[in-house]
Amino acid sequence: MGEDSLQGYRGRLKVALRAIGAGIGDQIKVESGGAVYEGSLMPRLESDDEHHVVLKLRNGYNLGINFDASTQIERVGEAEKPDFRPPPLPTMNERLPRVSIVSTGGTIASRVDYTTGGVHAAISSKDLLSIVPELSDFAAVDADILYSVFSEDIDSRHWTGMARMVEEKVDDGVKGVVITHGTDTLGYSAAALSFALRDLPIPVILVGSQRSSDRPSSDAATNLVGVVTAAATAPFAEVVLGMHETTSDTSIVFHRGTKVRKCHTSARYAFQSVNTDPLARVVEGRVEMLEDDYRRRNEGPLEVMDGFEEKTALLKFHPGFQPKVVDWFVDDGYKGLILEGTGLGHVSTGLYAVIERAVEEGLYVGMTSQCIWGRIDMDVYTTGRELQQLGVEPLGDILPETAYVKLMWALANSEDLEAAKALMRENIAGEYSDRTLYTGRFG
Amino acid sequence: MDYGKLGLKVGLEIHQELATQHKLFCQCPPELFKEELEYTFLRRLRPSQSELGEIDPAALFEFMKGRTMLYEANRATSCLVEMDEEPPGPLNPEALDVCLTFALLTDSKPVDEVHVMRKIVVDGSNTTGFQRTCVVSVGGSVESEGKAYGIQHIGLEEDAARKVRDEGEVSRYRIDRLGIPLMEVATDPVIYSPEEAERVALAIGRLLRATGKVRRGLGSIRQDVNVSITDGALIEIKGVQELGLVSKVVEYEVQRQVALLGLTEELAGRGVGEGDLNGDLVDVSSLFKGTKSRIIKNALKNGGVVLAVRLPGFARIVGSELCPGRRLGSEMADHARFHGGVKGIFHTDELPAYDISEGEVQALKERMGAEASDAVVIVADDEDKSRKALEAVVARAKQALHGIPRETRSANPDGTTHFTRPRPGAARMYPETDVVSIPVTSERLEALKAALPEMPEEKLERIKADYDLNEKLARQIVNSIHAEFFEELAKEGLGDTTLLAVTLTETLKSLERDGVPVGSLDEPVMTGVFALVNEGRTAKESVPELLTWLSSNPGRSADEALDSLGLGMMAVEVLRELVEARVSEKSEMVEQMGMKAFGPLMGLIMGEVRGKAQAGDVQNLLRKALQERP
Repeated sequence: MGEDSLQGYRGRLKVALRAIGAGIGDQIKVESGGAVYEGSLMPRLESDDEHHVVLKLRNGYNLGINFDASTQIERVGEAEKPDFRPPPLPTMNERLPRVSIVSTGGTIASRVDYTTGGVHAAISSKDLLSIVPELSDFAAVDADILYSVFSEDIDSRHWTGMARMVEEKVDDGVKGVVITHGTDTLGYSAAALSFALRDLPIPVILVGSQRSSDRPSSDAATNLVGVVTAAATAPFAEVVLGMHETTSDTSIVFHRGTKVRKCHTSARYAFQSVNTDPLARVVEGRVEMLEDDYRRRNEGPLEVMDGFEEKTALLKFHPGFQPKVVDWFVDDGYKGLILEGTGLGHVSTGLYAVIERAVEEGLYVGMTSQCIWGRIDMDVYTTGRELQQLGVEPLGDILPETAYVKLMWALANSEDLEAAKALMRENIAGEYSDRTLYTGRFG
Repeated sequence: MDYGKLGLKVGLEIHQELATQHKLFCQCPPELFKEELEYTFLRRLRPSQSELGEIDPAALFEFMKGRTMLYEANRATSCLVEMDEEPPGPLNPEALDVCLTFALLTDSKPVDEVHVMRKIVVDGSNTTGFQRTCVVSVGGSVESEGKAYGIQHIGLEEDAARKVRDEGEVSRYRIDRLGIPLMEVATDPVIYSPEEAERVALAIGRLLRATGKVRRGLGSIRQDVNVSITDGALIEIKGVQELGLVSKVVEYEVQRQVALLGLTEELAGRGVGEGDLNGDLVDVSSLFKGTKSRIIKNALKNGGVVLAVRLPGFARIVGSELCPGRRLGSEMADHARFHGGVKGIFHTDELPAYDISEGEVQALKERMGAEASDAVVIVADDEDKSRKALEAVVARAKQALHGIPRETRSANPDGTTHFTRPRPGAARMYPETDVVSIPVTSERLEALKAALPEMPEEKLERIKADYDLNEKLARQIVNSIHAEFFEELAKEGLGDTTLLAVTLTETLKSLERDGVPVGSLDEPVMTGVFALVNEGRTAKESVPELLTWLSSNPGRSADEALDSLGLGMMAVEVLRELVEARVSEKSEMVEQMGMKAFGPLMGLIMGEVRGKAQAGDVQNLLRKALQERP
């Protein structure tokens, strides 16, 4: 039995289990505290202690039994090998629009191992179709695994990889690309692709799920069905993020990649368009446009500008913010900073000196607001005006995260700082809105 | 019936809601709301696929049909956890302590580490699609009349959302109940008669209440009953809401199984085999063009059809009674509803009826080529639904050739049961990875041992002494679900303890026997009635009438009952005038009999004022009137 076959067990208990040749799933008998239990050996979580052995009883329940010097463990039978019989696959209609599903991690479609509770991601288009068979009703899908990383481990190199994958798929003639992605940094990736994919001919839709796909109530399949519908049939050719519109399973809404933010830690409707309305929604299998002004499907050609400058940072100002933090970035050779200031776009006057130095050293310094909703205005108060004089660039109603991603992109794709500044001021992918519309409630 | 000879075996699963401060996995109060709902949301549940590639076919079918759930909620009783919009918090330690206490009272061995599991349930009663559940202890026993009944395990789980109603493809649930801690006590199948089952259920209920942490009121305790007889099947009956129904449910289930076995024998005698049930469905819509049957007319008008199937050799079998009000035809209808989503079926054993004419029945039999020994079943609905419904009817007919199908049933209010779904395969259970496992330490158990609650026998002695009740009444109150309510009322001084005890046991029982829906009486309403008596605003004789009125007028107060029934006490002046009037009306008799007229006059007056005046007051006034007569 290998190490992995005793997942989560440690110390003397692990030694004892190994001594009798027991592996996960094997039938074992445990005698402890005067009682005898029989069941299959279950794995333990990393956080669990090392003094309990976990059995699954015949009635399906797990329980933990104390392990000490007097505990007797006996292996009485081998693990039952699951006999996987996939259900018959729906036949793919090749005349339907072709949609490519690219996975970067997370488990948008998976099946459960009911013994251990382990979740196994669908790894091929076949797997995907056997789990979400209704996809075959409206699209001919293919599936690729690009990465298997947690959302929090995604960085700009992955954005580049995603952009190139889209290019490959566009060259291949698909009608739409769907990228599955963990939700934590989904908004950043959506912004990155919005800038990297120039003259996009087809929709590129990022999607995630807030409830894991092993549970019947998961939003994963509903989201996937909605975004594949849009990828196959929607009239727009933009980078968008598609998720639940509300807590109900009724509609999937599409937010522009540059204007979307995760605004809730756990709810299905966590993603919200900020300072703008969503672009479209899918209700009952049909795409409904919510906005007239959008980029239509076209012939392209797609241009990919997939460079991102890594020496860039997003700094949140707060009371007590130490000036030397800014100095550190300057000393370390950073090329640009996005400040997440207070209110209309302010930081403490105590930062003037370090900001001045950063600008002098050739860093780009841009200002956004930590209020999230609304736009900055650095002409209203003295501090704002003085910061502009120091060389801080006001960034309108652009989201701090989007500004950060855009700066990475602008710095990597510009000859010099002036060109990058010009790019930053230009509305490249709908990141700026001209008018601030009334929103009764935020999010 | 000779239950011993039939090999009857019954096991009980008692589910008791706990009155903890919070729900099982969040900080919401374990309470239901009666007010207007604040918001709703709509969900669908997709059956997850297991490693074995299995999906519960019934569940998948429901999903593909587009079954949706509309959940009703308010902010006072639920949060994002019940909405499945936030991961569950840690298992409520107070609820776990109640279960461990019960385990200690029954010598059940607590597990060393509690692991919360997810049990897949896709009917919509859980927003997640699973119920969180765990085993707290194994083994142990409860005692009833000197016999020990083995306990399989004691579990702790979250209660489900309550069904409001079905509206076509939408099931409405209210999520207030979701997440209320539910203790489960499962016995071994060692109960051998209906009465014994009820007695054991009662004993468990009594012991549960001894923990002092159980919720009260309708639906706060629910029994699942597992029944089997030799050659029959193990049938799981869910949701018996009242203890008093347990013995009836067992009795009817045995009747049903015995009758079904009889039908199997009869069919074998008639030589009916699976090959005869070819399941050919025939569209017989044209026979019903001029029908008077509203159901069929509506189905045809809405573009539906009338489909028929012949069941050779099933005449007088489909209509044969299994237990009161239930026939094989009712079982077939249950399956037709489940698989086809139709409202019901008609069969020739019950026709002509329901405005289907003799002529139509004859034409139907002719078209189907049915002989006298055959039955014909028809369904009028959308074609696809009708086809699925009749296929289910044929499948149920085939099962009848072999005996009793294993299935899960639900209890009806009269103690009979109906089919709800096929028995699930191996329990679809997997670990709830969002909740950490909880070690049960010996320190924790020692602390609970040191604070064990009063046992039922001790309680009996104390109640006799504290409230001056006789043995019989004290025992009735201790056994009743109102024991704690009685003590609260008595401690608040809300009247004579005997009146309280009699009302909460004998009176309620006798009203229920008379068909009064006493289940709708809640504690605040009953408190109001006792307060009226206590304040002298009504006579204690009025209590049954007030309770009867309140049972049928839920949501109304005791004061309103008093006004509506005119059972308020008469003012002394009014009573005096009435007494004096009767005395002067009967002056002739009074002249002749003197004080001996007291008896007949008393009877006459009490007949008029019973419930509105105390007999003692009438006596005094009458005596005075007779003595002071001119």
